[in-house]
Amino acid sequence: MARDRSPAELVGAAPDAAFEITFDGRPITALPGQSLAAALWAAGILAWRTTRVGGRPRGAFCGIGHCFDCLATVNGEPNRRACLVPARPGDAVTTQEGHGHDDLAVR
Amino acid sequence: MTISPSDDPEYDLAVIGAGAAGLAGAVTAAELGLSVALLDTSSQLGGQFYRHPAPALGATRPEALHHDWSTFTDLRRRLTDSGVTHLAGHHVWTVVRAEPKDLWDVHAVTGADGNGERPARVRARAVLLATGAYERQLPFPGWTLPGVVGAGGAQAMLKSGLVVPGIGVSSVRAQPRAGIGVSSVRAQPRAGIGVSPARAQPRAGGRVVVAGSGPLLLAVAASLVTAGARVPAVVEAAGYLGYARHLRVLAANPHKMAEAAVHGTALLRHGVRLRTRSAVTQVHGADRVEAVTVSRLDRDWRPVRGSGRRIACDALAVGFGLVPQLELATGLGCATRRTRDGSHALDLDAQQQTSVPGIWAAGETGGIGGVQLACVEGELAGLAIAARLGGRPALTESGRARALGRRRDRMRAFASVMAAAHAPGAGWTRWLDDTTDVCRCEEVSAGHIREAVADYGARDARTVKLLTRAGMGWCQGRMCGTAVACLAAEGPGAEPSPSPERRPLAVPVRLEVLGALAEVTASGAGDPEESADPEKGAGR
Ligand SMILES: Cc1cc2nc3c(=O)[nH]c(=O)nc-3n(C[C@H](O)[C@H](O)[C@H](O)COP(=O)(O)OP(=O)(O)OC[C@H]3O[C@@H](n4cnc5c(N)ncnc54)[C@H](O)[C@@H]3O)c2cc1C
Ligand code: FES
Repeated sequence: MARDRSPAELVGAAPDAAFEITFDGRPITALPGQSLAAALWAAGILAWRTTRVGGRPRGAFCGIGHCFDCLATVNGEPNRRACLVPARPGDAVTTQEGHGHDDLAVR
Repeated sequence: MTISPSDDPEYDLAVIGAGAAGLAGAVTAAELGLSVALLDTSSQLGGQFYRHPAPALGATRPEALHHDWSTFTDLRRRLTDSGVTHLAGHHVWTVVRAEPKDLWDVHAVTGADGNGERPARVRARAVLLATGAYERQLPFPGWTLPGVVGAGGAQAMLKSGLVVPGIGVSSVRAQPRAGIGVSSVRAQPRAGIGVSPARAQPRAGGRVVVAGSGPLLLAVAASLVTAGARVPAVVEAAGYLGYARHLRVLAANPHKMAEAAVHGTALLRHGVRLRTRSAVTQVHGADRVEAVTVSRLDRDWRPVRGSGRRIACDALAVGFGLVPQLELATGLGCATRRTRDGSHALDLDAQQQTSVPGIWAAGETGGIGGVQLACVEGELAGLAIAARLGGRPALTESGRARALGRRRDRMRAFASVMAAAHAPGAGWTRWLDDTTDVCRCEEVSAGHIREAVADYGARDARTVKLLTRAGMGWCQGRMCGTAVACLAAEGPGAEPSPSPERRPLAVPVRLEVLGALAEVTASGAGDPEESADPEKGAGR
């Protein structure tokens, strides 16, 4: 099997028209049906959050909604799991610094 | 028994999880006449194994990333034909006994990430827990760097989003490092002009090292190379001798051997090296993965000094097997058993029922065993539930039920061999240094946890958590739980915990949803159909 095959070619994808979203103000291309995390990965972006204590960069880790490392601020709303939220035309994703806000009960 | 009132919010059976197990259970029960609601967090059917691109991605060959795809399409067709109500975008956070007592209330938040406005409640006479598993992670220096991703996570992102980690250029807004100034590598928007979207992906994928332990690594590496990524190495901490001691069990499960052979062939064809008894003991890079150090391990998974070799790569996909997802079950008080890899799984009877009458389980919740086992157990559970609710005990004595039971037992035996072969060796903690963050959410280091164990006498994960906050963050200890338990067990007189920790909420829930619970409960079922639409439920 050819090594230079992309995932999209592998599954014979013929997606609907691509659209633009922004990451920290810069435009990136997303495909309909991709999560925000997938669109960011496709643009070579691996980090879109900094941690509360160490200010370290983080992005998607578990890929399935369990780890909460992929939290991003989406259209002004913090703490959205980018691996779960589908990309929509015009979405503005911004790097989430630290907390966002704290209104979730987790235990 | 109600026949098919799919518009009635009270169902005979609520199935939680639309993976292989949940689908098989829902279909079987519905075909036997039960009214069934099938709830899943995802907008799509299929669970982890049959994860596939959303319709808008227009995949004409979704089967290219799966073996066994027709099993799924068959289940999906039967699901529609049998009138099962699929409630997509439903994140179940608790299941409680209703009034009257022979009913259960299943509470969910809705939307793509549970942020939707409208919570939902589904009432049912029986519940099938088919919530699957999540990946076991063990920390190592550098594992929090962007570009280190779960192996199953990489697989999931590939199967659903058609992406591979670590391609293109990165943009990381890290804190300025002393003396260096802000790193300002900026992502270039992909040149999309004149390029069809399907071809907009770079022709060559990133270099992804696949590491950890367990058969999933081979599947992930095979998918990655087939999808155009380069895999410089697959690094497996265990040896494969653990299997060789159980030839009878292997011979009884030829499908497992065939599966391994398919992955092995793909890896050979792409020249991917499998290094056994080895682990990634360090990730290098300032703001993202640039290389990893792979070290050999002794029998107890202790890194062999001086054996480290550096491998350049753009991403690392890592996972140490899977752990059953049990929050809803333990919240209900269902009994668990310890598996041979030290985790906890539900203790089930021959009919797939938990220790709580009326609550059944199938698939990974009863122990990690793979997709075929999940299908068989789902079908068995569906039969048993229809037998119980419909007053037809003969269903569980049928030839079909007995054949399924025998297949299940054969596959469970294999699962047990597999769990033992990949059980983390106690020596893995030697690859941690004191500054390695063990808890990713709360940023609690190994040194801090060791201090709690050595100096403050913590003997179990619960005490460590109280002293250090490890495991108290967003993920509720899913990522660091195994590691914290292992570190606590290194203290004198420590004992492995007899039961999994109970987390009252299976998924995060907004405080106002908790507050509204009393109201929801008082005002009747609401209309689950209305919030079934993931578009509407997404609340964005
Ligand atoms: C990330 C990941 C990737 C995997 N990739 C592969 C692979 O490539 N190849 C392979 O052979 N095996 C893979 N596996 C193993 C695979 O999970 C099993 O073989 C198989 O899918 C088990 O089926 P199941 O029905 O028991 O669970 P799953 O398929 O995991 O299905 C469980 C379902 O329950 C849902 N769920 C869980 N909790 C809730 C809740 N609280 N509310 C609502 N819904 C909920 C989940 O969204 C999921 O759809 C993977 C596992 C994981 C965790
Ligand atoms: S990557 Fe783990 S929650 Fe999104």
